[in-house]
Amino acid sequence: MALIRDLGFAAAVFVDQLGKMAVFAGQILRAVVTPPPRLREFVQEIFKLGVLSLVIICVSGLAVGMVLGLQGYNTLVRFGAEQSLGAVVGLSLLRELGPVLTGLLTTGRAGSATTAEIGTMVATEQLDGLRMMSINPIHWVVTPKALAMIFVMPLLSALFIVCGFGGGYFAGVTIMGVDGGAYVSSLQNAVVFSDDVVGSLLKALVFGVLVGLISTYRGYTCAPTSAGVSSATTSTVVIGSVAILIFDYFITALWGV
Amino acid sequence: MNRSSKRDFVVGLFVLAGLGAIAYLSLSVGGWSLRGPGDLVLFADFDQIGGLKPRAAVEISGVKVGQVESITLDQDYRARVRMALRSNLELPVDTSASIVTAGLLGDRYVSLQLGGEEKNLKPGDDIRFTQSAVLLENLIGKFIYGSAESKNDKSEEKNDKSEEKSE
Repeated sequence: MALIRDLGFAAAVFVDQLGKMAVFAGQILRAVVTPPPRLREFVQEIFKLGVLSLVIICVSGLAVGMVLGLQGYNTLVRFGAEQSLGAVVGLSLLRELGPVLTGLLTTGRAGSATTAEIGTMVATEQLDGLRMMSINPIHWVVTPKALAMIFVMPLLSALFIVCGFGGGYFAGVTIMGVDGGAYVSSLQNAVVFSDDVVGSLLKALVFGVLVGLISTYRGYTCAPTSAGVSSATTSTVVIGSVAILIFDYFITALWGV
Repeated sequence: MNRSSKRDFVVGLFVLAGLGAIAYLSLSVGGWSLRGPGDLVLFADFDQIGGLKPRAAVEISGVKVGQVESITLDQDYRARVRMALRSNLELPVDTSASIVTAGLLGDRYVSLQLGGEEKNLKPGDDIRFTQSAVLLENLIGKFIYGSAESKNDKSEEKNDKSEEKSE
């Protein structure tokens, strides 16, 4: 009996959270069109979320591309099909690994930082200070961060994929000795702009919306204590990662990307 | 202000790099091009297209010059293939199209062999000389059936001989 009651309560909390997050998203949308636009803050956030994530994204992209090159080569060479290594590396990076891994990395690297920053502002009553001066903290603090996350994600994903192509080229062509021309031409033949490239960017955009929304919402609603900030940061990483993986399945199933 | 402008510069570089990566994925890898209406669109009817699919390559002497845009069924139930080629091509009217396979199990593509006429094909024209795809399954079937037939012939001959002996 108690078990079922707990289940019902958990479901109600889940729906309640979803609804509050939707209202929060609506407030962000309204803040976007409210003047003045916070352009300076937006650029600052792109620097923090994008430029500072560049190293981890590029290094991870290279490593993933190299692993794909080696693994793909070892599997394909059994069928004598190592000529299509470029297609294997390119399609798996574009369709899945690029956007998903970029989303997960950015959640851990930038999403957690965003939550911790806003959460600390909540805990130290800075947002209340803003409210007291009749400044909307969602317009002032939250919106630039969420928008920058949405803007940055496709760019980072594209950079990840290009680095992955380079890593795959290095592992396949330089180390394992696949013909370089065959690698590039099978990559170019396999990738279709309207399906693969657009779909990849679309996925990254959706993940950017997810991470931007979840990280700012978790920070904004965190309990004003140090324990509250830490649990909000943890839940950003956990919920963000799980949401990315689940949405990835549904985007793939619905649009066949 | 100085520090801020330096940061802006770095952010600008980052955005440019990201857009550059997207452009590379779109243009070089994705094969997307701003194609105007100047494409040379040609049609060809085939009895059998095998596994030809939209976006398959159209090649002359092994060089890619365009791609298959769509494949439909015409009123005689033949496959009507619409191809978009580079607009600067001058193909004689007796050009022929055949569907071939890259390698033993590779992708199907359309290969064009140029003719010798002086008049050229205009956009929207039909390529009249076509050669259908060769289906590997049919070849194998023919081979097996053919060899079985010849075995039957031999055994019939043997029967004839044995009959002759018995006589």
